[in-house]
Amino acid sequence: MTRFDLLRSPFLARLLRSRWPRLILSVAALAGFVLAIAAGLAGTPVGSRNFGIIAVWIAWWAALILVAVPIAGRGWCSICPLPLPGEWFQRGGILAPAARRRGLGLRWPRRLRNLWIQNAGFALLAISSTVILTRPAVTGALLLGLIGAATVVSLVFERRAFCKYLCPIGGFVGLYSQVAPVELRVRDAALCAAHREKTCYVGGPGGEGCPWQVFPAGLTRNSSCGLCFECLRTCPYDNIAVNLRPFGADLPRPAGRRLDEAFKSFLMLGSALAYSAVLLGPWGEIKLAAFRVGTPEWAAFAGGFLAATFLALPGAFALHVAAGRLLAGPRGNFRETLASYSQALVPLGLAAWVAFSLSFVFSNLSYLWPVLSDPFGAGWDLFGTAVGAWTPYLGAAVPTLQAGILIGGLAWAAGLASRIGHRLLGDDKRGSRRALLQASPVVGFAFVVTVVQLWLLIG
Amino acid sequence: MRPEHLARLLVILGVLLPLAGAAIILLPPLGRNGEVIEVHARVAEDGGWLPSELVVPAGTPLTLRLTSDDVVHGFAIGRSETQAVDVLPGQYSELTLTFDRPGRYTYYCTRWCGPGHWRMRGTIEAQGGGATPSSAAEPPYVRLGLDLDAPHPAPGVPERRPSAIGGEALGIDLPAGLRGRAYYETHSPYQAFQSLREQGSFSRLGDERVWDLVALLWRQATTARALEAGRALYAQNCAACHGEGGGADGVMATSLPGSLGGADDAPGPADLASLESMMGARPALLHGKILRGGMGTGMPYFGPIFTDGQLWSLVDYLWTFTMEYEE
Repeated sequence: MTRFDLLRSPFLARLLRSRWPRLILSVAALAGFVLAIAAGLAGTPVGSRNFGIIAVWIAWWAALILVAVPIAGRGWCSICPLPLPGEWFQRGGILAPAARRRGLGLRWPRRLRNLWIQNAGFALLAISSTVILTRPAVTGALLLGLIGAATVVSLVFERRAFCKYLCPIGGFVGLYSQVAPVELRVRDAALCAAHREKTCYVGGPGGEGCPWQVFPAGLTRNSSCGLCFECLRTCPYDNIAVNLRPFGADLPRPAGRRLDEAFKSFLMLGSALAYSAVLLGPWGEIKLAAFRVGTPEWAAFAGGFLAATFLALPGAFALHVAAGRLLAGPRGNFRETLASYSQALVPLGLAAWVAFSLSFVFSNLSYLWPVLSDPFGAGWDLFGTAVGAWTPYLGAAVPTLQAGILIGGLAWAAGLASRIGHRLLGDDKRGSRRALLQASPVVGFAFVVTVVQLWLLIG
Repeated sequence: MRPEHLARLLVILGVLLPLAGAAIILLPPLGRNGEVIEVHARVAEDGGWLPSELVVPAGTPLTLRLTSDDVVHGFAIGRSETQAVDVLPGQYSELTLTFDRPGRYTYYCTRWCGPGHWRMRGTIEAQGGGATPSSAAEPPYVRLGLDLDAPHPAPGVPERRPSAIGGEALGIDLPAGLRGRAYYETHSPYQAFQSLREQGSFSRLGDERVWDLVALLWRQATTARALEAGRALYAQNCAACHGEGGGADGVMATSLPGSLGGADDAPGPADLASLESMMGARPALLHGKILRGGMGTGMPYFGPIFTDGQLWSLVDYLWTFTMEYEE
């Protein structure tokens, strides 16, 4: 596949090697983050007039899901303020490599080196989301909890253990970052293999060892790389490339896919469907139950959500994969086949999230202007925009956009399933025929999911 | 400055500047004196008005900064001509009031904000600045010794709604003693019917005709302006429970029994379109019921809210559910 190394541009190379641009963006994000916490905890409890709700769940979310993730992958992780305080403490500085490390610096437990905790964290957020999304104080407390957790984990464990294994947002971003047309990779893996010091991993005079604990030569997927660009600074051979590449280039590789990754796909896809049903659907009882966190109705809702995303959806998908294996003739391990085909759910899930987000982002974006002038809902008017009527943007175009995106996601998922089938069963004539047979039930599954999402969003 | 120090300063500023914003809102508003009070409105289930009791010096302007923490509310001072102010979620409305006379004033919500809407009340105690005015005159129901909670069925009722137009068409001079406000306020329609029946000159009229004359008496006791004022008050304050046509079928009454502050087994709202009940009720009784409220039934007490003129306008309007005043 074709690649274009952005570092060929001296300007971009200088920009990415410098810590300042990333730091400035990160500090701006930190300021917004602290403002969101302060507004959430001390500002008006009216969500539509509180910076904490509008800036985070409308503006930031829109920027993340509609732009940052599809275009820049883990670009958000690159400037995310959550690890900033903990990393400062851990390294003993912000720019300078640490002379002496602080904190316990423990290694993350081997048994927990997977995505299950991230999955559980995201599920926990998902079942409480109606309250999180509407109550500023809860949003403020959640953000405070996240930054507190990131800091504490940095004090106990080495590097960015929180980002890699715990952050529920990082898990979401990581999964869909595989779609992005940007990647950080090495230019020549042999050179890395021969480099005895491995400064990209352990650190060196130019910078820190990879905070994400990744050996760049082994990078095959965007989900593992936080785009902090430390390896650019520590590689003595200028062997790191930041490539422009085709969309979704990580996805067709079936090798090495794990079940925790597959379940992340199920969880994300299931959440997009569940959010569409609960937040946008006509079922008031479900909405009320989801809102009454801690009550028996909510427990029933949460149980239903978890059963749907961790049992029903994976179960249905597994049945389709099993059907494909029956049609094509079993070959290889079923779990691996299941995990491989789950990659087809990545574009499908991203399309579902984008389409779902379009439903509320543009209709509520006009709330942003008042909260910029009056972030706490305290009667301020800093920029003269405090009094603004609610104005939905792109109203009539949204359903068309949603339909296009969902159908596009289906087409992408179908193509991807076919390519995964070819990778699993071979590209020769017989392999191709078997690959199509094996992939066809997965395509059918994707079709049903798309129809359901279209029905939920457009009716 | 060394780059590392500059970076640290940037991070520290990134934290401190937003926190400074938070600190500002926790402080009292700058440049304001002590007579500016911020009042938050929440549905009654979440606390109602915060604060709900204010003490101010009489004769001194009081500025209220009103905001809602949930839904749209309205703010008004009871028994006054002050215009109601909308209290919008997350926005501020300012209102400056001066209480010239010491006393206890009630502020209340003017918007149907939730099931406990009528529990959203607060008081302003205006102190000093002269003698406290003497308490209000005895309400008519006290003067007449009426039991507000006793049933008041009429021993006899018309077969149809009495018609003032029909009564007028008879062209009969009504007895002077039955005409006028004083008689109307203190007698039930059935008492008026009985009195007319006792007059020999009406013996040739059938019962329905006599009831029409009662309706005419009742209409003559009020004015079109009072009826219009009563209609507006009823629509804003009563229709949600008693129904638009007075038939006890308002949305709040039918969907939320017991939720209006009354006991779960409390009787529902009175049927103001019931001939049996209304023909036996004196206007003074209805005036008293509105003034005092329904004691345990969820019917709010409007004494501190409505002026006496408003109370009577409302009473006058209630008869339009059982009597025809116009075509």
